[in-house]
Amino acid sequence: MIYGYNGRILEIDLSSGSVREEKLDESIARMYIGGRGLAAKILWDRLGRRWDFVNPLGEENLLLFLAGPLTGYYPGARICVSGKSPQSNGIIGSTVSSEFPVELRCAGYDGIIVSGKAEKPVYISIFNDDVEIRDASLIWGRKGRETLAFLIKEWVDRYGWKPGRGLLKEPGVVYIGPAGERMVRTASVMSKWTHAAGYGGYGAVMGSKNLKAIVVKGTNPLPEAKDMVETDKLIREVWKLHLGFNNMRFRGTAAGFLSVAAATSSEPVRNWQEEWHDRIETSTAYYEARLWVKRFWGDFGCAITCLKIACIKSGRFKGYITDNPDYEMQAYLGANLGIFDPESVVYICALADELGLCGIQTGNVLGFVAELYQRGILNENDIGFPLRWGDVEAFAKLMHMIAYREGIGDILAEGTYRAARIISARKGVDVLKYAVQVKGVAVGAHGVRSGLDYTMETAYACSTQGGDHTSVANIPLRSGRVDLRESGALFADSAVLCAFNSFSVEGDIVFRLFNSVTGFGITMDDWYNVYVPRMLSIQRVLLLIGGPDAYWKAMEDDDNPPRFYEPLPSGFKAGAVVDRGKFEKLRREYFESLGWDERGIPREDTLVKLGLSDVADELKKRNLLR
Amino acid sequence: MSIGDAMPIWIARDYTRCTGCRKCEIVCSLKHEGRIWPEASRIKIFMYTPGLEVPHLCTQCMNYPCVSACPFQALSVDESTGAVLVDRGKCTGCGKCIEACPGAIPFIHPRDGYAVICDLCGGDPECVKVCQEVGYNALILAKLDKPRPDFDVLKKGYARKPIDVTRDLSILLYGEEVV
Repeated sequence: MIYGYNGRILEIDLSSGSVREEKLDESIARMYIGGRGLAAKILWDRLGRRWDFVNPLGEENLLLFLAGPLTGYYPGARICVSGKSPQSNGIIGSTVSSEFPVELRCAGYDGIIVSGKAEKPVYISIFNDDVEIRDASLIWGRKGRETLAFLIKEWVDRYGWKPGRGLLKEPGVVYIGPAGERMVRTASVMSKWTHAAGYGGYGAVMGSKNLKAIVVKGTNPLPEAKDMVETDKLIREVWKLHLGFNNMRFRGTAAGFLSVAAATSSEPVRNWQEEWHDRIETSTAYYEARLWVKRFWGDFGCAITCLKIACIKSGRFKGYITDNPDYEMQAYLGANLGIFDPESVVYICALADELGLCGIQTGNVLGFVAELYQRGILNENDIGFPLRWGDVEAFAKLMHMIAYREGIGDILAEGTYRAARIISARKGVDVLKYAVQVKGVAVGAHGVRSGLDYTMETAYACSTQGGDHTSVANIPLRSGRVDLRESGALFADSAVLCAFNSFSVEGDIVFRLFNSVTGFGITMDDWYNVYVPRMLSIQRVLLLIGGPDAYWKAMEDDDNPPRFYEPLPSGFKAGAVVDRGKFEKLRREYFESLGWDERGIPREDTLVKLGLSDVADELKKRNLLR
Repeated sequence: MSIGDAMPIWIARDYTRCTGCRKCEIVCSLKHEGRIWPEASRIKIFMYTPGLEVPHLCTQCMNYPCVSACPFQALSVDESTGAVLVDRGKCTGCGKCIEACPGAIPFIHPRDGYAVICDLCGGDPECVKVCQEVGYNALILAKLDKPRPDFDVLKKGYARKPIDVTRDLSILLYGEEVV
């Protein structure tokens, strides 16, 4: 047995309907931990050599739901969703908080590998060792809240009460909305109404497999920890430390709507044409006083509870419910569309939840179209109606059209990058310069021009996950904390825990907890010197192989969106812009710190040292190594 | 507090303040099972609808229907705290106590097959401590020598099923039923 692991991964092939278990080897667990790291290893082993022929939305792709050894142990449990991404055509480790991963671990698995494609819509039901592939025709087409309510009710009616045994709690569920069913590339894997694994577009991958949901219940304990006494002590220590994380506890990231714009000038406003505003109505005061019906909302073990539940009680948007909305949603479905009214933002965020759309990717493509409308490149005939900044009803309508692939929504459903290519070809105008994305992934709502946010010039340009703001390519790699730079995010996404629960405490405590659970004895030095380059090298190589519908060139595509080279037009940082010389210097340093050559291709000696000589061989075969 | 000082108590709950963090499940199962084990925790957080989390645990009903329902005299009342104690040697896991409980609170241990009921940790419950430490106070230690029948949250009644609490909580939180 391996401490901290069940040592079993469930493999479900939807084409044949076969279900089997794969043993997780201790050597693999030690080298790749779980979650995002393990996803890289599994995808490399099984699809790496024919990666460029794997259509992310074809039945040959794999869809992974992987937990890690700290899932359930470290406060704030998450599941990592991965596979070949229909956005970047590389690997993205997309995580979502929920009780789903805890149920999965208690059912006796460390993860699920879904392959193939079901003939008809299905969902997977896991109850300890019983795994069923069930008909989903009654829920196919339904929106988020209905889907979840149906699945929980059905499960509770079947298993929730057994005479003589007592009540069981409801199961953990991940599901997709109408957007995922239609393989919209900006679709999320959803959980608990409002929780989403958005980056990567794995909602579309689920849809491509005709898989509506996974329902899991486990009645066993979490896998045994190496040193339970020490683990118990450290969990409580982390909880104590979280008590001082007040801004996050009381306001979540919702305070960002005003502060990221007014204090750091790095919020997307009207498709990043500006990154500053000082609209006082966007402060949390209004949310706190009028919209938040639940002020602290957390997932398994979380002491921070950064989520709040917003519910509109009157007016034209009465009855819409979402969380916070958190900063990314406020920025992308608010400021980025010129919407600053809190109730409108809650409404459009709730709509995204219901349709199963990623608020960041979808908000980005909506802003992109609105700018094309502003510039007259697209007109009312192209869209079907006027699309003016701040018109929440128009944006809501367009969001529906994306989720259901109606009209221009069919093009926009391909995500900003692919939509830009299609529109450029049809209109004969280069609109890629208005697409604020990196390698097919819309950038998170933390701009780099002002230099005041946590993101550096290389943050998105060099990240193996493109525009992902939860895994940014900052240097130095070492920060001493499990935070949002790639080196920290890799740990959070591989041990699988919530980074908001880890960046507030010393990295040393997180690693002590990791070692008390697993007994692996991994130091922070090991992490930065061996684990980070190993995992990132696989991700980087597969990203550069890419295909079949989009390919990225090293250097050329390791760049910021063109917009970031336009000076900020407004605010106290007006004129600020990314300096290309400085950026290129940082990019070289970043690649070098990982043992990659000046183009960002992992060097042969680096790969061999990391135990990746098979990756080196593949690079040689493809003439990518120098 | 040592066991010798224990006095009759019960764990009152303010459902509107529960965040769903489930720290209570973690500390309860750590104390009683030495593991993190949500389905063996004496307190369980039910969430039939997101946002409507319901802490579900023994209320120590006045007339203890579970104790009188047990055909094997496996259940008894702790004289100092008022908690229901399960004698694992006598319990056969027949489930009669579950049927007798108005809130369906006892359950059969998922591995060991005996009935599981909150023992109030001998008078100093872990779940209450961890909930209050964070300042949520969804769980409150109520002392039975100072009953407060006039105060809703501390008014001691019978245990209730989570689905019924969910409906009421929905109205308190959202102002209407969203279940």
